[in-house]
Amino acid sequence: MKNRRLASLSAYPYVVWMAIFVVIPLVLVVFYAFTNDAGQFTTANFNEMGSYTMVFVRSLVLSAAATAVCLILGYPVAYVLAKESAGFQRIALMLLMLPMWINFLLRTYAWMSILENTGLLNTLFSDIGLIALVNKIGSALSSSYVPIDHFQMINTQGAVILGMVYNYLPFMIMPIHSVIVKIDRATIEAAQDLGADDVTVFRKVIFPLSLPGVLSGITMVFVPSVSTFILSKLLGGGTTMLLGDLIELQFMGGAYNPHLGSAISLIMMIIVMVCMALMNRFGDGEDQAVML
Amino acid sequence: MAEKLINLENIHKDYGGKVVLDNINLYVRDKEFVTLLGPSGCGKTTTLRILGGFETPSQGVVYFDGKIINDVPPNKRQINTVFQRYALFTHMNVYDNVAFGLRISKVKESEIKERVQRMLKLVNLPDYADRAVSSLSGGEQQRIAIARALVNHPRVLLLDEPLGALDLKLRQNMQRELKAIQQQVGITFVYVTHDQEEALTMSDTIVVMNKGRIQQIGTPVDIYNEPKNAFVADFIGESNILDGVMNKDYLVTFCGRQFECLDKGFAPDENVDVVVRPEDFELLPPDDERVQMVGTVKSVIFMGVHYEIMVETEHFTWMIQSIYETHVGDRVGLLLTPDDIHIMHKS
Repeated sequence: MKNRRLASLSAYPYVVWMAIFVVIPLVLVVFYAFTNDAGQFTTANFNEMGSYTMVFVRSLVLSAAATAVCLILGYPVAYVLAKESAGFQRIALMLLMLPMWINFLLRTYAWMSILENTGLLNTLFSDIGLIALVNKIGSALSSSYVPIDHFQMINTQGAVILGMVYNYLPFMIMPIHSVIVKIDRATIEAAQDLGADDVTVFRKVIFPLSLPGVLSGITMVFVPSVSTFILSKLLGGGTTMLLGDLIELQFMGGAYNPHLGSAISLIMMIIVMVCMALMNRFGDGEDQAVML
Repeated sequence: MAEKLINLENIHKDYGGKVVLDNINLYVRDKEFVTLLGPSGCGKTTTLRILGGFETPSQGVVYFDGKIINDVPPNKRQINTVFQRYALFTHMNVYDNVAFGLRISKVKESEIKERVQRMLKLVNLPDYADRAVSSLSGGEQQRIAIARALVNHPRVLLLDEPLGALDLKLRQNMQRELKAIQQQVGITFVYVTHDQEEALTMSDTIVVMNKGRIQQIGTPVDIYNEPKNAFVADFIGESNILDGVMNKDYLVTFCGRQFECLDKGFAPDENVDVVVRPEDFELLPPDDERVQMVGTVKSVIFMGVHYEIMVETEHFTWMIQSIYETHVGDRVGLLLTPDDIHIMHKS
């Protein structure tokens, strides 16, 4: 009895923490979103967002693209890995997580120096004569061809997607892998026993059973992608402003307008919640435990 | 050829030097109910997995209907399996589980529907088609697993301890049902179990295995009444096993005296195992003139149909089953007739 009271007491620090740093800020965000500088109720902040529709669309499209690439790259890795010995899996998963030990900013700066116009890749391409080759073919095809001295990689949307994929790929692999390893070997044997070849076993048994992991992976990649703000600044240049950048601008930048920033944050939160609700609906209530 | 539907010849199997199956020779006739019986680790499940195609023997040949099938994968065999923990597809409902094999072999949906319904009726779950697998009890899942395998009209059904997870009453009911289903559909069953009672009640033929070797093959009656060695005698039913010396044909010495028996063909004064079933003793008053051994009752346990009595004699403590009650400390006389005594070569 005494122990149980002690145990419930020990949960209070976290409850207090959540109240101060999550609940109150959320209330503030809602409050700011529906007021103006004078503190009066208004919906003007939401009307103002109309001019940023492009940012919303771009954020959603780039995040969706990054999520798709993560799924295409991550699923086979998770699948192949799940068939290896337990020891191998442990080491491989650790290697997958290894980049996470390096600071996010540092990793992104590293990509900048790789992708820059005078960066690692472009230097390599010019050294092996790839750029000269492209120029040669270009001028042969068209008289108005303008020769290039580098490939434009940094400051493109592609670079932003690359950054998202690089940073969030492990979040796709982990949940898929953890679901696939748990599939009972006998279930697969049962399918073989009933006449299924390897392709059919995958299509009709392994993939459907791994769906909870896929859904959870999609959520875990899409949500941070859609709210990222530093990636687009560093890898996308100023050209590809995303939602996160827009919000940051309203609070920290020259456009200082916390009311608008709060309104955008609120809408983004709703988008994320709708996405997760949809995913949960697809998941059909099964294995909710792996969802975040 | 049709006589031996399945034939295993000189099957060996080892995993990294550890021998799991050692020279298995075994055939299964069409429509026969064969049980592989033995303690865990005896190789019975490995033998079944070789039949199913989930393992390949290290040596030896597997014939099915006269053809060698060593390297035929599971999906190309006319054999279906009921797995130990059912291994149903949890992402499908009952209907889709049972229809799985038929859909793969591209049977028409209308025929699938009819066959699935008929199969669900056979396993006594006719209204379960739309149920989720996770909503079924263990016994129900087991029936669905059986229906899922049988619906494909396999030549042979393999069952790997299918009743192991069920409680006693349900297990006994399922034993009867399985036997009835086997007779109804008229196909070969190869059944793996460590439960000797299950083996005795269901099988046409029992294959007793231990440590990767076949100990004895025979009908349930043969195996019970004429165990070939001490292991079989001990594993099937309860037995008293003790050392003896076979003086000559039909005469054996144990417990300090000579007994007549029905066994012959041993070397003179060969050391042998003597096996006596606990239910074969006759209990007499200690002063009865026919008494061969006299002992003291050490313990009495009521088992329902009979009492299990431990009787300590000068040389050996016997386990005896009797329908008559005795009390701890009673002096009793024991009588064995020649056909109660089974003599086995030392293994």
